[in-house]
Amino acid sequence: MRTFKILTVSAAIIAASAFAVNNVVNSEESSNSSENGYHIGDTAANFKLKNIDGKMVSLSDFDEAKGFIVVFTTNHCPYAKAYENRIVALDKKYKPKGYPVIAINPNDPNKNEQDSFENMQLRAKQKGFTFPYLLDEGQKIYPVYGATKTPHVYLLQKERKGNIVKYIGAIDDNYQDPNDVKETFLENAIQELLAGKEVSVKTTKAIGCSIK
Amino acid sequence: MNKWILILGLILLVISCKDAGEKENVKADFQSLEIPTYNFNQLEAQLPNDEDKTYIVNFWATWCAPCVEELPYFTKLNKEENNVEVILVSLDMPNMKESQLLPFVEKNNINAKVILLDDPRSNNWIPKVDENWDGAIPATLLYNTKNREFYPEKFDTYQELLEEVEKFKNAK
Repeated sequence: MRTFKILTVSAAIIAASAFAVNNVVNSEESSNSSENGYHIGDTAANFKLKNIDGKMVSLSDFDEAKGFIVVFTTNHCPYAKAYENRIVALDKKYKPKGYPVIAINPNDPNKNEQDSFENMQLRAKQKGFTFPYLLDEGQKIYPVYGATKTPHVYLLQKERKGNIVKYIGAIDDNYQDPNDVKETFLENAIQELLAGKEVSVKTTKAIGCSIK
Repeated sequence: MNKWILILGLILLVISCKDAGEKENVKADFQSLEIPTYNFNQLEAQLPNDEDKTYIVNFWATWCAPCVEELPYFTKLNKEENNVEVILVSLDMPNMKESQLLPFVEKNNINAKVILLDDPRSNNWIPKVDENWDGAIPATLLYNTKNREFYPEKFDTYQELLEEVEKFKNAK
């Protein structure tokens, strides 16, 4: 009985490690797909999503860009709303330096009317968005990136082999009060990239609304 | 002015409910009058850890639809299960406490302890709740003196939650 148990366990371990080897091979073949989304250093997938002006927007449209601030954000979530002005400020400051904001609404508009395409248009107008605000139609892009919540930021740098993920996480260290921010995580990372340095704080965490 | 009338009304309401069952009574007091606001260190220090009791700490907010969907599971559990205590940690914006959180708790007859967590440096405290939590709500922590487990998503059914709690109660 005991032997049988050991055999079963060993079999399970062999199966598990075989699975692990498979995973490694897969991720070497293509660092674009991972079940848990992107990690630092991965190549981010391009996408083509509908902007609030009705036109399709893709990362490959931005010839001049050195990289991108990809922000998963949405209309209904108060944590996301608290960051809207800060996201506009980031776009105004860093678009001229080569890092424009690309905002993506990952939520299913059928689950919350506030997140509909029409309401995205309205919200962008009210808040004076200076950047594309795209709908992740069919919710295909956010799982590839591994976004779990809004707001959720991916800072990408354009390199020879593609758009490389350099930073994942929060915009700064205060989701409540923009006047009491002590650490501007995202901005620090962009500054480091602009200075040709390695990003020192690569991932951070923040409270957010789960993507629905 | 209106606010004070409301608060006075709530006090009277609670006093007039004093005759209800003893356990209910204590919880009712908690619910309608006192939602303490803590930072993370204060919250951590206040979390009880009595022997033979299982605690459920749920991170939620009044606007969060999946959170609100699973709230009845927690209140049911708190009411029906012995040796189980639910602590609802609200992550509503602190300036919404009066306008949203208090009325929500009142309206939905929440019988569990509600705490407002006001600690904007979430990058510092999220990993202390769980290394793998990235901050999306809802999220729930189960613990007792023997065990601790974190669930970074919504419970789909009451049964699912109950089964997890049973595992904790039976842990040796």
